[in-house]
Amino acid sequence: MSKVNKHIIKALQLQAEEIRSKVVEIVYASKGGHIGGSLSSVDIETALYFHVMNIDPKNPNMENRDRFILSKGHSVEALYSVLAAKGFIDQSLLDTYGLFDSKLAGHPTKKTPGVELNSGALGHGLSVGIGMAMAAKMDHKSYKTYVLMGDGEQGEGSIYEAAMSGSHYKLDNVVAIIDRNKLQISGSTEDVMSLEPMRGRWEAFGWEVMDMEGNDMNDIVKTFENLDYSNAKPKLIIAHTTKGMGISFMEKKAKWHHGVPSIEQFNEANAEIGARIKSLNE
Amino acid sequence: MSTEDKNTIPCRKMFTDILVELAKKDRDIVVVTTDARGSVTLDTFANELPAQFVELGIAEQNAVGVAAGLVSAGKKAFVCGPACFYVARSLEQVKVDVAYSANPVKILGVSGGVSYGSLGFSHHSLHDIAVLRTFPGMHIVLPCDIRQTKKLVEELVDYPFPVYVRVGRNAVPNVYDDETVEFKIGKANLLLDGNDLTIIGTGETVYHCLEAGKKLHAQGIMARVIDMHTLKPFDKEIVEKAARETGKIITVEEHSIFGGLGGTVAEIVAQSTPVPMRILGIPDEYSINGKPLEIFNHYGLDAEGIFKTAVLMYKTKSNLLAVQIQE
Repeated sequence: MSKVNKHIIKALQLQAEEIRSKVVEIVYASKGGHIGGSLSSVDIETALYFHVMNIDPKNPNMENRDRFILSKGHSVEALYSVLAAKGFIDQSLLDTYGLFDSKLAGHPTKKTPGVELNSGALGHGLSVGIGMAMAAKMDHKSYKTYVLMGDGEQGEGSIYEAAMSGSHYKLDNVVAIIDRNKLQISGSTEDVMSLEPMRGRWEAFGWEVMDMEGNDMNDIVKTFENLDYSNAKPKLIIAHTTKGMGISFMEKKAKWHHGVPSIEQFNEANAEIGARIKSLNE
Repeated sequence: MSTEDKNTIPCRKMFTDILVELAKKDRDIVVVTTDARGSVTLDTFANELPAQFVELGIAEQNAVGVAAGLVSAGKKAFVCGPACFYVARSLEQVKVDVAYSANPVKILGVSGGVSYGSLGFSHHSLHDIAVLRTFPGMHIVLPCDIRQTKKLVEELVDYPFPVYVRVGRNAVPNVYDDETVEFKIGKANLLLDGNDLTIIGTGETVYHCLEAGKKLHAQGIMARVIDMHTLKPFDKEIVEKAARETGKIITVEEHSIFGGLGGTVAEIVAQSTPVPMRILGIPDEYSINGKPLEIFNHYGLDAEGIFKTAVLMYKTKSNLLAVQIQE
């Protein structure tokens, strides 16, 4: 990872806004998708793909590449937009999202270069990530595995089976991230099924737990740069985020879990993003 | 065919013995299990190859997901444990992480079917074929004896598709001689030729089908007997040929009568070469308590039961197609 400076942060912020714009565009065009959780996770995925991970879009299956698994597979619009921005897939492919026989399904599949696992059923990604991290240890390879989960997803019991095995095998090369936007499809996570104390639960499972402001590029970069990959502990980052981040009328509203903007809302969203891009460019 | 039936080695033991030998030469072979090293007979593997052995505790969902991750990262993972749990508790991981994600994990389900006998329905796996064969890209194999099991393991290591293998708990009589065993995933074996009717078995029922076939031959009923070790991809040709040439088919499986071997054969012949069929298996009820062979006998899945069904079917003259062929 390169040394952090304000130029790098600004470039990442700009990149994230462009990706945010793409997310809104493909959801608007396809009249479907999961916009709220895509927007909350855009900054994290941008930082991973444009700053943190060792990856090569020209060689997506590079042996020692870092692995990323989108366990919250429904936030796929963010992932596709990131993969396109990074050059794994052609930007024009994004225009096919939601169309008949599109290569881009409504949840990630390995048909898309850069995707490591077909996801969509919740509670699967961490186990697969544990397997990848275990293989790296067996083969004495240096790659890291990053798994992005939803906070609503934390209801799936299989995650805690994976959590046990991560600390049992001292997999310090795996980083799980929870997109803690505090909303799931039916409402507040704490009303649907309380997830707190999240930190205490994961610490009890033997993970090194960190809090991160998941929509603040400074804090995201700082958190990833400070990870200790040799302390015999798997890592869990609680990324405090805002569902619908960056589009004022979508923020913190459960109905935008999979809402589709009208033409007026689409224009308003673009205006908000455009204003931020302009301000970052000044 | 071998007439020797003194074998004392269960197929699960043969599977793991061969796997130990192969894994010593190929360090990418990894075994994943769920507190089942005794049930699967993995003690030797765990002791001799600890770096290739992953114990995950009683957590089948995680085990299948981890195996998918290992395979995705270049390992040759065998996830091993009781069949009843892997095809139920972790079914979604098999569907999504293994089959849909095209990770060629090998799942060894031991003590399958009614192997656990009187432990009851919770421990029986009588739905596995029906469910797994609806997953595109998933392959399913039920070897019938230790010799076939040995060949199977050798073929599995570098096999590029995900495979579910089901074996039983107890030692079963040999069907094949070492010298004569031919095995290729997806290619059924003809054990006994004849044109009066066809008996198709899979897994542990194959021995009983063969014994029934021999008895039928001795009485002048020329039964054809087929070992359908692979349920997917399915050897359609051998079934259609049998339907054309023998006009009657009996299927015998240690599985629900719904959606397994019998269902697959029926789907094929009904669409191309319709002939009368009898589907022998576990009926739509919670399987009776007892030892596996007692359960086989109760449901007519042993040699005696198959023989009776075959004789009755042979005597039935309602099959015009069969009559025409015989004439």
